[in-house]
Amino acid sequence: MFLSRGTVLDQTGARRADVVVKGDVVSEVAPPGELSRPAGALVLDAEGCIVAPGLVDLHCHLREPGGEEAETIETGSRAAALGGYTAVVAMPNTEPAASSAAVVRHVLQMARGALCDVRPAGTITEGRLGRSLANMAEMAAEGVRIFTDDGSCVASPALMRRAMEYSRSLGAVIADHCEDPALTGDGCMNEGAWSSLLGLPGRPAVAEEVTVLRDLALARATGARLHLLHLSTAGAVDAVRAAKAAGVAVTAEATPHHLALEEDCVAGYDTSYKVNPPLRAHGDRSALLEALAAGVVDAIATDHAPHPPEAKQVSFCDAAPGMVGLETAFAVASSFSGLPVERVVALMSWQPAAIAGLTGTHGGPVCPGAAANLCVLDPGRRWTVVASALASRSRNTPFAGRELAGRARHTVLAGEPVVIAEEAQR
Amino acid sequence: MTGRHLLGVADLGAEGIDELLRLADTFVEVGRRPIPRVAALRGKTVVSAFFENSTRTRLSFETAAKRLSADVMTFTSSSSSLSKGESLRDTVLTIEAMGADAFVVRHSCAGVPAQVAGWLGEVGEACVVNAGDGAHEHPTQALLDCFTITRERRARFASGAARPRALDGLHIAIVGDIRHSRVARSDVLAFSALGAEVTLVAPPTLLPPSLEGWPVAVSHDLETVLAKCDVAYLLRLQDERMTEQFVPSLHEYTATYGLTASRARLLGPEALVMHPGPVRRGIEIAAEVVDGARSVITTQVANGVAVRMAVLYHLLGSGAPVGA
Repeated sequence: MFLSRGTVLDQTGARRADVVVKGDVVSEVAPPGELSRPAGALVLDAEGCIVAPGLVDLHCHLREPGGEEAETIETGSRAAALGGYTAVVAMPNTEPAASSAAVVRHVLQMARGALCDVRPAGTITEGRLGRSLANMAEMAAEGVRIFTDDGSCVASPALMRRAMEYSRSLGAVIADHCEDPALTGDGCMNEGAWSSLLGLPGRPAVAEEVTVLRDLALARATGARLHLLHLSTAGAVDAVRAAKAAGVAVTAEATPHHLALEEDCVAGYDTSYKVNPPLRAHGDRSALLEALAAGVVDAIATDHAPHPPEAKQVSFCDAAPGMVGLETAFAVASSFSGLPVERVVALMSWQPAAIAGLTGTHGGPVCPGAAANLCVLDPGRRWTVVASALASRSRNTPFAGRELAGRARHTVLAGEPVVIAEEAQR
Repeated sequence: MTGRHLLGVADLGAEGIDELLRLADTFVEVGRRPIPRVAALRGKTVVSAFFENSTRTRLSFETAAKRLSADVMTFTSSSSSLSKGESLRDTVLTIEAMGADAFVVRHSCAGVPAQVAGWLGEVGEACVVNAGDGAHEHPTQALLDCFTITRERRARFASGAARPRALDGLHIAIVGDIRHSRVARSDVLAFSALGAEVTLVAPPTLLPPSLEGWPVAVSHDLETVLAKCDVAYLLRLQDERMTEQFVPSLHEYTATYGLTASRARLLGPEALVMHPGPVRRGIEIAAEVVDGARSVITTQVANGVAVRMAVLYHLLGSGAPVGA
């Protein structure tokens, strides 16, 4: 395979180069014109594009097992590949939850033949019920690196402390959905001026902030590796900045939708804008963008959350929270973040790869001998999101009908071109 | 009023409110006839789609529709298929397919009338009247409240004569659980659009999380406010507010924010006492105040029918004068 005339971008910098892939590894990288095209090689045009280590999503819901009417590993991985991803971390809030080696093995088995590398996360608590620790060591033995009860917060500080202590011997990351359930109650949008006008129960920013502060204190006390999922508030960003300065082993992610959208989107009661944590105020979004630019937030992660139409065609209070995002993440992050594209790619590729423990397989650098997990991104490509054209089994995107800039042109998984010219190959 | 729906007072503006109040005046007269019925909406079908129980509001709308000779279909959540997993959209479009010209929608979640209007717009021209959505709006309640204040003041006091805007210069206190109240939101918008100055009186826990952009003053001192107000509007306090820790106890709430008989004596000679019902006597308002001369609580209920006739006639009628 010959990736022609792109700009190679990885953690070592950017340079114009052709890339040759043989089998499942990168064999040669050299300035345009210096390499001869191997006879019979597939040529993928990368003119005007960035050739980068494949994107890595720390946070997506593939719904299998148990939620196949919303998404399957097959459809979700196809959506991921079309988005430029070569690896995704599958959240464990399936039915049954990934609380045991058996479920983890099942997911890994279902993921054979997927269009991207699927790495299951395990739950922190048994059945995600928040009552007792899940069998983390047996899941770690199956390769699980990230543990989380995502969708729910680990509400008990005592249980969270034990989970953090226990995780240290496993080389694992404890990841939390930071919203204190006692403070969110039945809230369904950000609490503030808009929720007050719209008459919808609110989820206050402090519900995130008190949990982030608690988790940071526990991480400092236990020495555990902590990852904070989908940060959404200015106060949480401040807390993470201070904790990093104090040497706490913490990383954090933000979603494309929290970078792009604010709470006023809910004004028309369109349930496609319902998500947890909720779309926040302008000041929160500004703080997140600053934090990404300054390195306080380490990764952009989708929180891809597919739901069937009937889960969204109900009242705003009853609607399922979440948005699909794998196919639009790069475009939304590029179009709305105001960050240079090099920064966006770092936040979506090698930085999350390192957090997920995938360095060496995913996340580059793009050099001879490296695993051929690559994406070719066209930052200038303008396109309009058509919900019905998404590869995901679900259509719940708030970006339907919007014109975005930036799209994955080709995706290469272990040397196989799974996406060519924006088309999935299987 | 613009558009074919009444989703909130926010859509109406002062002129829209005035227009409906003038129309309601004519319908009060219809209600006094030996046969209180006009043919205005003959052949039209009004669906009362009550996904949250409210016998009072439902009966008021259905009475209004019947007095206009419309056919009435009733849908309540107990008889719904929602529990069987059908989406709200499917439920609404199923009813629409039976032939409906107007949907009167009540739901415990804010925004449902707007969603219903959107879904109906995909298939036809049926209009939507918001009969109360979550803690958002209850526009017909606000209209009947404005109607009641202007009519009662006109009937009772020399100072009640017509003003450029119906409530110009009046001081209205809304007291109690503003946070969870759709009535309060609609009343604030309507009262201030018509020129009144509105003061919200509640403990901080029962105020909305933010009052940014609200045309109101806030007080935690009921007695001072009562001495200056032309209307004291009490809201119902529900028992859940105690279990949810919004207030420590009913006793303490009544002691601090209840309109007791002794507090009622602080009201000026022309002050009116109002409540959207159902009233909890002895909690937010003393029984003797409910039954006292200043109270127009039952008048509010009576006026509700005329105001809802005006709304339905405006949305569904031919625009011709109201006939016999």
